[in-house]
Amino acid sequence: MRLDRTPQQEEFRCTLRAWLTEALPTLPPKPAPSDWPARRAYDMHWQRMLYDAGYAGLHWPADAGGQGATPTQHLIFLEETERAGAPYVGAGFVGLLHAGPTIAAEGTPEQRRRWLPPILRGDEVWCQGFSEPDAGSDLASLRTRAVRDGDSYVVTGTKVWTSHAEVADWCELLVRTDPEAPRHAGLTWLALPMDAPGITVRPLRTLAGTAEFAEVFLDDVRVPVANRLGAENDGWRVTMVTLAYERGTAFAGEVVACRRVLHDLARAARRNGRWDDPVLRRRLGRLNGEFTALWRLVQWNVSHAEHAGRTGGSSVPGAGASVFKLAYSGARQELYDTAAEVLGPEGALDSCHEWTAARLSSLSYTIAAGTSQIQRNILAERVLGLPKGR
Amino acid sequence: MDFRITEDQEALRRGMRDLLTARFGPEDLREAAAPPGPQTPPHGLDRGLWRELGKAGLFALRLPEDEGGAGAGLPEAVLVFEEAGRALLPGPLVATHLAAGTVPDAADGSRVVTALDLPQEPGAGEGPPAAAGTAPGGLVEHLDGADDVLVLGPARVRVLPPAALDADPLSSVDPLTPLHRLRARPGTGLGEGGQWRPGARRLRREAALLTAALQLGSAGRTVELAVEHARSRRQFGRPIGSFQAVQHLCAGMLVRSETARSVVYAAAVSEDEAETAAAALRADEAAVRNARDCLQVFGGMGFTWEAEVHLHLKRAWLRAEQWMTAVTAEEELAHALQRDT
Ligand SMILES: Cc1cc2nc3c(=O)[nH]c(=O)nc-3n(C[C@H](O)[C@H](O)[C@H](O)COP(=O)(O)OP(=O)(O)OC[C@H]3O[C@@H](n4cnc5c(N)ncnc54)[C@H](O)[C@@H]3O)c2cc1C
Repeated sequence: MRLDRTPQQEEFRCTLRAWLTEALPTLPPKPAPSDWPARRAYDMHWQRMLYDAGYAGLHWPADAGGQGATPTQHLIFLEETERAGAPYVGAGFVGLLHAGPTIAAEGTPEQRRRWLPPILRGDEVWCQGFSEPDAGSDLASLRTRAVRDGDSYVVTGTKVWTSHAEVADWCELLVRTDPEAPRHAGLTWLALPMDAPGITVRPLRTLAGTAEFAEVFLDDVRVPVANRLGAENDGWRVTMVTLAYERGTAFAGEVVACRRVLHDLARAARRNGRWDDPVLRRRLGRLNGEFTALWRLVQWNVSHAEHAGRTGGSSVPGAGASVFKLAYSGARQELYDTAAEVLGPEGALDSCHEWTAARLSSLSYTIAAGTSQIQRNILAERVLGLPKGR
Repeated sequence: MDFRITEDQEALRRGMRDLLTARFGPEDLREAAAPPGPQTPPHGLDRGLWRELGKAGLFALRLPEDEGGAGAGLPEAVLVFEEAGRALLPGPLVATHLAAGTVPDAADGSRVVTALDLPQEPGAGEGPPAAAGTAPGGLVEHLDGADDVLVLGPARVRVLPPAALDADPLSSVDPLTPLHRLRARPGTGLGEGGQWRPGARRLRREAALLTAALQLGSAGRTVELAVEHARSRRQFGRPIGSFQAVQHLCAGMLVRSETARSVVYAAAVSEDEAETAAAALRADEAAVRNARDCLQVFGGMGFTWEAEVHLHLKRAWLRAEQWMTAVTAEEELAHALQRDT
């Protein structure tokens, strides 16, 4: 049990810190939250800066254009960038955290050459077209059809909740290629160019008032067979690789951010006098305990992933990821509920207040990337080995 | 950084588990707790077992090798205490461990040492104020069975014979942990300056952490018990563990024990005050709430004296009130938010 950094890790941190100190002041001003094209430009600008400095795709394997960094280095990166107030991956989320790693793991050399460098350079944005109106938690029931026609698939169907669809160049699309096969055995993973004829994107307004996700209608859209990742009808397995990434390290950096927000809350409560309320004060103390534990859980999971990676096992995040996702999503909601109490009614009801906006968006955390109920199913059946439910 | 348990640490933990499985398994636990009833005399400690624990290093673990110890650190201590908590081993384990090196013969298990915690009084200066309404540490466990009492004042420590305390027996909710309540908060009667030595803060922090380790062990054990039961008990023609309502109780228990585990282990490495408070808070909650959920999974059987579950719950309640309570931990953690940036 060691929590101290090795000399190499310490050096990595110092170099990164020095670079951040120089790089961050050169960033353009932050765009308005509702201006998605401007947000895409901003996020991609940051990605390009990372690329030029050698920090793009830190956790990607070196042969995929990444830095082949250890999970611990990746964690240091998340910690340091958050501390320094650097931008988030933002619109780069799907490309860097889902589609990219999946292509790196499953793609042909040609596919990796085509798609990975633009993700790393911040040239191309990806979105994820998995969920459908009738296939959310039960993803394997999806119905979007792809019919083979020469060297193309002809795709028809509807995707929904597709984050960043409006500004994306590519969509990692899960389609049904064999309607006769058992549910999981007839699916295929395709890279869909978002400018192909037959695609209609209709933005959806979230409860936070923003339009960060959309419905995507696909009407006889032709996708080259060469855009298929893995074998035909092997899409479920390919997809599971992606989802494991999503539930694993994706939120680690946010824990650091939440801990900073907690300090801000304590300061704000001091200023407005609510700190003297022992009930609120204890609630903040409790949250501090919870986020301290969550950060240690991240380190615990990362240490185990790193060991597995070193010894030839899979470094794809495992069961610990579901424990973390479940605990973190709940803690984040409690954090911003507490923020509302710190603000008092005059602040808590102002939907423009940073903490109110975060309170609204925190509501999606127990739904997106596998609902809390689905995480509990996973823990019960796959980790605790309880008999399959109905 | 490599947060994993090392092979040596794992071997140590295994050793303690094997010893406890052989010497204090679930059957021994049930037997020790029987027969029920308020008129049952307080259970004496098994001195033979105590000496075996001493021989196995439970108390001497952190002493230097030339003092008969293993020169190990808090992480190792936390792992063996987790095992003790898992077995629900009774006795003032934490106090005796902390007294090893101070009280002659405590290290090898020849003497049993209990503790009296007299924490800071409100407004006493250093650190966050103790919350109003907290009793000034008026309870002592296993006073009759102990040879010495480690007394922790706000800043300093001393050792007293049990007879020096003016205390009445209390009918303890935990059948395996007899309690005494002090008649009054001891003052000058506890002896003069020279017998006190510094170090109470550190000992108190370590006591809170080792108690958290005990709670963690119990929390992990009740997950196991609930899962075993959910697999084997059948209703409506299938194992109750296939019902999602039961599955989700078990999943919630796992989340509690695993988040508690990471912060208890981390506090053992960092020895940080606030992190220890976090460990105490998470572990107390995991132990108490897991025992409650375990009881629910056991149904009517869980409500019987015969099932092991109530012993976990009662011990968890008791341990939650020892050393660092939720109020103290939450206040400490709140003040830590003001302290560091
Ligand atoms: C902000 C946000 C962004 C998103 N981005 C994307 C994206 O980019 N791409 C994409 O493909 N998808 C995206 N999603 C969709 C997301 O993956 C789904 O919302 C999620 O999987 C749940 O599916 P659903 O909404 O259809 O709910 P449902 O599956 O209909 O669930 C409704 C309720 O039933 C419960 N439930 C369902 N099945 C079970 C079960 N077996 N056991 C117990 N309870 C169950 C759920 O827990 C939930 O409480 C996004 C969602 C949100 C909120």
